[in-house]
Amino acid sequence: MRLARVIGQVWGARQAEHLGGHRLLRLQPLALPLTTPDGLAEQRAPLRAEQLAARGELLVAVDGLGAGPGELVLVAHGSRCRDLTVGDDVPTKEVVIAIVDDAEINARVLRPGEGAR
Amino acid sequence: MILGRVVGSLWATRKPESLAQRKLLLVRPHASYRLSSGLDQIVAVDTLDAGVGDDVVVCIGSPARWSLGSGNLPLDAAVMAIVDRVELDAG
Repeated sequence: MRLARVIGQVWGARQAEHLGGHRLLRLQPLALPLTTPDGLAEQRAPLRAEQLAARGELLVAVDGLGAGPGELVLVAHGSRCRDLTVGDDVPTKEVVIAIVDDAEINARVLRPGEGAR
Repeated sequence: MILGRVVGSLWATRKPESLAQRKLLLVRPHASYRLSSGLDQIVAVDTLDAGVGDDVVVCIGSPARWSLGSGNLPLDAAVMAIVDRVELDAG
């Protein structure tokens, strides 16, 4: 799964009927902190998820859990995950499978020498 | 499968019942492993009690579900092994 932040919702007056009224959310994946040559992130203390920058291309996922703007979610990929959550007739392969209550990222254990992408 | 390091933990109460009590770990793939998503993070279900700082093997897609013993789990990544040592072929 990917950790992402809800940054909006997508409305379409004319939607594929199979979307069945499920919400389409605009999401942006969170990026782990950049590391310095000695392998430590700029911040040395553990990070809360809200301190993570949202970076990378946006994605749209079907949400069956009711995630709100700004919330952190886990997005799963694949038809099986879709079948097990919003149902196999919904035309998507990206589904929100969890709304994250809390996350702690230990910036100190990032790999040495990992430069920015 | 990818090799990565556990860099964090996540807690979520609003999720399918089938994922209740499942530990969620944030894993950063090692540099040579590119995720199809192009991201530098993946969240995996853990049943081996891996901790932050451990290097782990994460399986992705349906094998992740099978590794947890059921095809009926809405997840796409699971920790399959905790790595003690990696030998690189110098050849």
